[in-house]
Amino acid sequence: MEKFTKIQGIAAPMPLVNIDTDMIIPKVFLKSIQRTGFGKNLFDEMRYNRDGTEIEDFVLNKPQYRSAEILIAGDNFGCGSSREHAPWAIADFGIKCIVSTSFADIFFNNSFKNGILPIVLPQEQVDVLMKDAEKGANARMTVDLEAQEITTSDGEVISFDVDAFKKHCLLNGLDDIGLTMEKADSIKSFEDKAAQERPWV
Amino acid sequence: MSPKTLYDKIWDAHVAHEAEDGTSLLYIDRHLVHEVTSPQAFEGLRMAGRKVHAPEKTIAVPDHNVPTTLDRAKGIENEESRIQVEALDKNAKEFGVHYYPVDDVRQGIVHIVGPEQGWTLPGMTVVCGDSHTATHGAFGALAHGIGTSEVEHVLATQTLIQKKSKNMKVEITGKLKPGVTAKDITLAVIGETGTAGGTGYVIEYCGEAIRDLSMEGRMTVCNMAIEGGARAGLIAPDETTFEYVKGRPHAPKGAQWEAALSWWKTLYTDEGAHFDKVVTLKGEEIEPVVTWGTSPEDVLPITGVVPNPEDFSGGKVEAARRSIEYMGLTPGQKLTDIEIDTVFIGSCTNGRIEDLRAVADVVKGKKIKDGMRAMIVPGSGLVRAQAEEEGLAEIFESAGFEWRLAGCSMCLAMNPDQLAPEERCAATSNRNFEGRQGYKGRTHLVSPAMAAAAALTGKLTDVRELM
Repeated sequence: MEKFTKIQGIAAPMPLVNIDTDMIIPKVFLKSIQRTGFGKNLFDEMRYNRDGTEIEDFVLNKPQYRSAEILIAGDNFGCGSSREHAPWAIADFGIKCIVSTSFADIFFNNSFKNGILPIVLPQEQVDVLMKDAEKGANARMTVDLEAQEITTSDGEVISFDVDAFKKHCLLNGLDDIGLTMEKADSIKSFEDKAAQERPWV
Repeated sequence: MSPKTLYDKIWDAHVAHEAEDGTSLLYIDRHLVHEVTSPQAFEGLRMAGRKVHAPEKTIAVPDHNVPTTLDRAKGIENEESRIQVEALDKNAKEFGVHYYPVDDVRQGIVHIVGPEQGWTLPGMTVVCGDSHTATHGAFGALAHGIGTSEVEHVLATQTLIQKKSKNMKVEITGKLKPGVTAKDITLAVIGETGTAGGTGYVIEYCGEAIRDLSMEGRMTVCNMAIEGGARAGLIAPDETTFEYVKGRPHAPKGAQWEAALSWWKTLYTDEGAHFDKVVTLKGEEIEPVVTWGTSPEDVLPITGVVPNPEDFSGGKVEAARRSIEYMGLTPGQKLTDIEIDTVFIGSCTNGRIEDLRAVADVVKGKKIKDGMRAMIVPGSGLVRAQAEEEGLAEIFESAGFEWRLAGCSMCLAMNPDQLAPEERCAATSNRNFEGRQGYKGRTHLVSPAMAAAAALTGKLTDVRELM
């Protein structure tokens, strides 16, 4: 997994609440058996007309946001299905950090597995960042995972919380499976005990 | 010892390792797999030279992409869909997991097949790369959806890295009125809590109205826990559960059954256990409901009218405006005046035998409205066979319904069963998101009985008027 340490980039505002996984990547694109190549279809139905031309007023089609690396979004971002194609598409597009007042549980976990940092902040602070993002390409924000701080284009600093284990994995680009396999003995002894206690499983 | 919730008990019984900060390795008893979210995970194993840790606890079945038309033996036309199903065939064989291929009568939607075959048992941990894994919580199993990276993690280690969620209680007191079903309960709860109301929680559903439900109904309730944002939904196992499980192909037998039963009977929330959040609804106050918008929280009793966006606050004002425009509705319009083009009955929410019986009760001896497209897609090959044995299929066909083979079908429209732009559907499925059932398609979520009523009248209809 790619490391996430510190980024300085353009933030795109998406104030809509309940942005669901069908919006992020419609199911017609779930038929691939690859992990890559989903970025061009990120937000497909909001971003393109049926003939493939771009819908001009969609935020990521606007010149100032085409290379956004941060998304400031409305409440409950990523609700819906478990499809990891959603964070795959977001990462493939080049977005590395999403800020919202809340995220759906599965999407939140999936993001960390793909080098994306989802940040939960109270409404007032999301509002501040949303305003900053609305300024366009001149408003570059900095997200520093080590320091757990976002700095707006005006220099305002907002701290955020992040789970210590998830932070560690993201900072170092660690592979979960490798880490878990180091605990093979614990898994084995759990299995031996469970086989005694619940042999029907 | 301090009193525990049902969730606490199942959690505690499955922690294989716990770090100081509470990050735990949760052992997984059953891993269900389908073709859409697994190919990249199997490929990951292959690249790393890893095996499936516990193939005997891993069960695979294709469901999302499979055609549901009667001629499906001739194969899958769409190349990408076919490749995905073929990949599952190959992976199941190569890694030696249990498998129900498309032509097996036991094939069906993964969340219907698991319980039907007795793979899902009380007190288990169950995961699947599919958010509607919450369904299995009906058995008092801790069951939730995971992403593909986590599918690979479970395949490789049979564990999941987790932090414990908070406990939430949803109590439905009293009795349901006639015409009100499990689907109305689960939608009414989401209407009350919102789609983010359960975020960070595992919900335990309890109360008389929940106890009175069959296993089919309980699965419908838990299925949509995810739509309320919860990691999982749970219902404590009881005689109804044990009765359902007993004798199923993979349920324990003989002395093992007795041992299992005595443990299962300890799986309930202790008196005085702490819940971080409590929601209570009165069963007798729940009415048949329908969704008007593009979020499962957009729920109203069928007797209501389309709301005005200004009735909401915050970000929901703009979301409601967008939904109403997308759905082609007018604020103030009576819900029962909304005309329907299509009726879809099926899905992991409502594709079980009891759902089909509810439909048959409403449509028996009647005809669906002229020009209506109406399809019934059973949740598994065995549900289909049982419906045929009970004479339900005959009722459906003579009423004018298409009677399909098992699969996810128009719930998410990955196969050819899709809505056309602006086509309006009363659906027994679980999501009314924009484009969910087809590009620009319009979905109203309802119970099977309400879907049946809409098929007869051509409008969203209060099923109680047809009873």
